[in-house]
Amino acid sequence: MADFGFRLSKSSTIDLDKIDTSVYDRLCKTDPDVKTCMACGSCSATCTAAPFSGMSMRKVILALQRGQDVRPMLSKCMLCGKCIMVCPRGINTRHIILSICRQYD
Amino acid sequence: MKDNIVIIGGGVAGMEAAKQLLSLGYTPILVERNSQLGGHVAGWYRLFPDMTPAKDIIVPLRLDVARANVFTGTRVQSITPERESYTIVLDNGISIEARAVVFATGFSLFDASKKEEYGYGVYDHVITNSDLEAWFCGKEDKRIPSDPKAVGFVHCVGSRDLKAGNSQCSKVCCTTAIKQAIEMKEKFPDAEIYCFYMDLRLFGKKYEDFYINAQRNFGVHFIRGRVSEVGETIDGRLQVKAEDTLSGKPLKVQLDSLVLMSGMSCNEGVRNLARQARLDVDDDGFLKSSNNIYGILNSNRKGVFYAGACTGTKTVPETLAEARAVAVEVHNYLKNG
Repeated sequence: MADFGFRLSKSSTIDLDKIDTSVYDRLCKTDPDVKTCMACGSCSATCTAAPFSGMSMRKVILALQRGQDVRPMLSKCMLCGKCIMVCPRGINTRHIILSICRQYD
Repeated sequence: MKDNIVIIGGGVAGMEAAKQLLSLGYTPILVERNSQLGGHVAGWYRLFPDMTPAKDIIVPLRLDVARANVFTGTRVQSITPERESYTIVLDNGISIEARAVVFATGFSLFDASKKEEYGYGVYDHVITNSDLEAWFCGKEDKRIPSDPKAVGFVHCVGSRDLKAGNSQCSKVCCTTAIKQAIEMKEKFPDAEIYCFYMDLRLFGKKYEDFYINAQRNFGVHFIRGRVSEVGETIDGRLQVKAEDTLSGKPLKVQLDSLVLMSGMSCNEGVRNLARQARLDVDDDGFLKSSNNIYGILNSNRKGVFYAGACTGTKTVPETLAEARAVAVEVHNYLKNG
């Protein structure tokens, strides 16, 4: 069949009724502090890996809440722990990164 | 007779002002258009941030003001400025010559049906914050399902909305939404609760702790994005659309019930009285204070004072503080002219 160059675009809509948040739900049990994130972005602003790799702890938490795979982004983390120091809610972000990795084991 | 004080409005502002004036030795005249004193707060179940029962505030105040001259179910028909006083005619035919007049006329709840895209009065399960409080107080409401799986709250309905004629932030709705989200989660522990917000404005003492509590202990989901439209699915559920502005993607979810956080609008009925008394009205429709820092309780006319949400959106403690202060203002005015 001739290729006319038309494609169907995949919808980018997040459908909260269809997403699978089981990783985030389990994380909330081991690290309930993650629920107090208010997406201020301090962690991402201070992240040493962010400017070169697109790593963002704020985006990692949001992606988990939206049922997305965060492993590609998490693999950029160097576990330096600067994000813990700036979090105004006192969330142990480094510990949470390790907990997330454990969810995928 | 010469020292008559008329307080227009028998909500928390008017009642607290009357209570303080009584304790200063005056016998104020309190005029309330509804059949009972209490205003908006009387229709509320609990108040943030300590879940204080609203009746714990209203019931003692009603007793406190019993010694005042209280006219319920009565409207002010006209107010005429005289040289040193105001002639106030009530709709029951009584005419009063008052040296001091306190406007404690409050606000009107924004009519949520004006935001047609949210479907209030159109879809079966869309209610307002005020409807939800009435239900908490025990009033039956068929719009609230008996076993909801998902409930949503829309912040800023008729607030920060130039097109709806209200540019101001109503300031109490953010914390009220959090309070009601917690209360719904308490009633329906298995339901998912979503709050759709633009900003969370949690300025007062303990409000931020209230927010953290909702996140941490009640698992309320906060989604940053204003709801753009609400539709109804074939099985009668609500389909809500918003942008998830934190991820920059469109988002949708189906809900069993949607609560619209109607904001505070100016009390339109007061405009007529303001015109008669030659009082300045601000461009937001609220009564205009002589100064927004040191003259909030003062009008542009001698002898006319303001307390509470008639000059702008206020919380209950702010309103009570203003009502106490206005009693002193009135006292000093009557003493010193």
